[in-house]
Amino acid sequence: MTRYVLWGASWLFILVVLVTPPVMVLSEALRDGIGASVATLADPDAQAAIWLTLKVTLITVAVNTLFGILAAWLLARFRFFGRQALLALLELPLSMSPVVSGLVWLLLFGAQGWFGPALERMNIHIAFAVPGIVLATLFVTLPYVVRTVLPVMELQGRDAEEAAFLAGARFWQVLWYVALPGVRGALLSGVLLTTARALGEFGAVSVVSGHIPGETETMPLHIENLYNGYQSVAAFTMAALLGVLAMAAVLLRAAPAWFARWREKTI
Amino acid sequence: MKHSFFAFMRKTGTSLPGFRLTLGATLVWAGFLVAFPLCALLARPWQDGVGAMVAALHDSRMFAALWTSFSSAAIAAACNVPFGLMLAWALARGQLPGRWLADALIDLPLALPTAVSGITLATLYGPNGWLGAPLSRLGITVSYTRAGIVVALMFVGLPFVVRAVEPVLRNLPHDLEEAAVLLGARPWQVVTRVLVPPLLPAVVTGFGLAFARGVGEYGSVIFIAGNQPFRSEIAPLLIVVRLQEFDYAGATAVALILLVISLLVLLLVGSMRRKLALWSEPA
Amino acid sequence: MSVEVNALLRTVPGAQAPLLDNVSLHVPDGMFVALVGPSGAGKTTLLRAIAGLDPYRAGTVSLDGHVMTGVQARAGKIGFVFQNYALFPHMSVARNIAFGLDVLPAATRPPRAQVAARVAELLDLMQIPTLGQAYPSRLSGGQRQRVALARALATGPGVLLLDEPFGALDPIVRRSIRTWLRDLHDRLGLTTILVTHDQEEALEVADRIVVMQNGRIVQDASPQELDCNPATDFVMEFLGEAVSFPGHVQGGMMYAQDEAIQPFSVPAHLADGPATAMIRPYEIGLVPQATDSGPAPVRAVPRGVRGGYRHYAVQVGARSVPFFVAQERDGLALEGRALDISRARLFRDGRACL
Repeated sequence: MTRYVLWGASWLFILVVLVTPPVMVLSEALRDGIGASVATLADPDAQAAIWLTLKVTLITVAVNTLFGILAAWLLARFRFFGRQALLALLELPLSMSPVVSGLVWLLLFGAQGWFGPALERMNIHIAFAVPGIVLATLFVTLPYVVRTVLPVMELQGRDAEEAAFLAGARFWQVLWYVALPGVRGALLSGVLLTTARALGEFGAVSVVSGHIPGETETMPLHIENLYNGYQSVAAFTMAALLGVLAMAAVLLRAAPAWFARWREKTI
Repeated sequence: MKHSFFAFMRKTGTSLPGFRLTLGATLVWAGFLVAFPLCALLARPWQDGVGAMVAALHDSRMFAALWTSFSSAAIAAACNVPFGLMLAWALARGQLPGRWLADALIDLPLALPTAVSGITLATLYGPNGWLGAPLSRLGITVSYTRAGIVVALMFVGLPFVVRAVEPVLRNLPHDLEEAAVLLGARPWQVVTRVLVPPLLPAVVTGFGLAFARGVGEYGSVIFIAGNQPFRSEIAPLLIVVRLQEFDYAGATAVALILLVISLLVLLLVGSMRRKLALWSEPA
Repeated sequence: MSVEVNALLRTVPGAQAPLLDNVSLHVPDGMFVALVGPSGAGKTTLLRAIAGLDPYRAGTVSLDGHVMTGVQARAGKIGFVFQNYALFPHMSVARNIAFGLDVLPAATRPPRAQVAARVAELLDLMQIPTLGQAYPSRLSGGQRQRVALARALATGPGVLLLDEPFGALDPIVRRSIRTWLRDLHDRLGLTTILVTHDQEEALEVADRIVVMQNGRIVQDASPQELDCNPATDFVMEFLGEAVSFPGHVQGGMMYAQDEAIQPFSVPAHLADGPATAMIRPYEIGLVPQATDSGPAPVRAVPRGVRGGYRHYAVQVGARSVPFFVAQERDGLALEGRALDISRARLFRDGRACL
């Protein structure tokens, strides 16, 4: 009896709180028909925002995955002075407000920042330009790969790697052929979380971007712009596109499990 | 010289190579992307002299914004505890029909970009929204008030509570409940004495994570919050406002206080958790 | 407190055979009963049904003649020790033990001091007087076992139910806690039902042994009776190593299929027909050979000494039959004309027929 009440309450809560938002995004996006919403994506500013977001995401994922793997290896395999401090430093961006994560880059490279004026004279633009957006996104997504890969790598143990070294493999070979295959699932998960966060980052990017339509507007910033300009269909169409991309990234983390189950069934 | 530096850093001898390379790479990466900006954050407020910093602290609007952020985050995280417990129970123990779907939906607030959540919640709870309209007929206004902030923070914080409690609940042996019943405990005693206490450390963790996320949250809140100074203006928004006024010192002061208090709260939550989980430590 | 189980039936949807198939059992006050059987036989199911933890479709469970309905009705009357002890991890040992008293309604709850005294008394009884303030995670397996027992006894139950209580302990602790448990049972005048898959354990502690198979009780008898007169070939095998020889009965004699087995006489009332002789290795003997009849057909090969017995293996046809001889019987001939299995039990269609 109690069980049925709790089932009902759980599903009611899930429906009201968690299901209505995505359903509403779609219904708002398609209010004037699918043609109208697709047309809003053809707008040059919208196109520019989509391309900029994809570009920033690609750079961020590449950099943070490469260095994240190296850091995970370092923290999993070696005990050294300052290890705990380094670990805390790598996790810090998780407990910082996105706005602060953007602000720090302005303090360094903004017009009133430490290095901003000097770089400006050399004609290098970071704040209110694409490099600033990349830096802010790198900052907020920095912990994900390390955090997902590190525990699994520690669990793996070092036996296989030591055996590979004794067999004459070089560092990169061991990393590529021994260490990474063992943490494949966690690495995929970390990369996808990085992707989802990089696609959707709003607060940090908003602070450093300068909001120049067609130039420094990512998809989330463009959504804000459209929404504040009462272009509801365009805003929610872009929101639906961005939401689907980010959700796909998050849900894809379960893909290896599905694939394994599917293969089990077919064999 | 360089060699001795690495030798000094390294504590245990393992046969694995790659220490220098990975340490170097990690230090460059984390140093440039985290430590370096952090230094700017810590140093910048004092750059214009202590007087400027003290002046920046004499700002009642800042304190109002900080209070709004912290109190809303605390209320939202606290409200998430009972709902989170219920959902965690349904997923881990209650054999909820359609569990796989519910399980995926729980992560939705984490996956949804904050700007998307922001405009969606603002529309949903707006005066003409699907949920806002029925609520306003009941005399409850959510959007453009403090309540809106709490609703948005509850939305983004929910997964933290569920995901913190769920594994602990799943690993709690079933026979604890049976043992308690056989010893004469009535249903409510089973819940309050046997099921909830072992979950408390996880609940505290979930609360702490949801709270920390809520304090710094920006994108999902600003659209629904109304953003009136002294009333419904959150601290992260005030940072943005100060930046638009080119008041870097003011912006940095808010940011620094926000960061310090957040870290203190996380430390407090950590120590509370340890105290509550004293029993779980093996000899 | 006596326990009466009457025609208990428990089925699960989807499964063909019932988990408990019309099980009836009477345990008089003060008796120590062991439920044994292979895994999946229904021992734990029966124990949990007696405790009221699982619902059953038909039948009744009565304590001292009163039919029990729900698990609440049994609370405090039945002490249950779970396989993994189910100690509350967040409570100290003392609070764990006191739990059954702490949850009583305020009107019937004994005062604090009395509860504390009861806890101290139980800790003493369990020989762990200093562990009151420790948490379960810091205890060894044997200590957890004692705490679980103390908690089950705190409310003064008349019946103690133990579900594989020694499963998680190492062999040495197992043995000592087993005799201690029997001693405790006698001192407190409990009625105890113990589930185990270890027949030796059961034979050692219990007054009566109930052998279960496929949700049914196969035999319910004293250890001695069980050893002498196993009801089925399964019981015979379950209680210890046994060797079986198929053959047939004819005219009051049992003839095994193997030539190397000496035919032996059986009671005349046994009808002619196929039968299986089953025997324990230490009951097998060698028939001495006449001195002048060539090489011996049966030859025992030594396989070492264990537990006071010399072990041998005898090649009979295609298989190797184990054969034990008490150690003090020295200088035994290791060759013979045939194997003597006249102490075997006879089974026909799986049931004892002797």
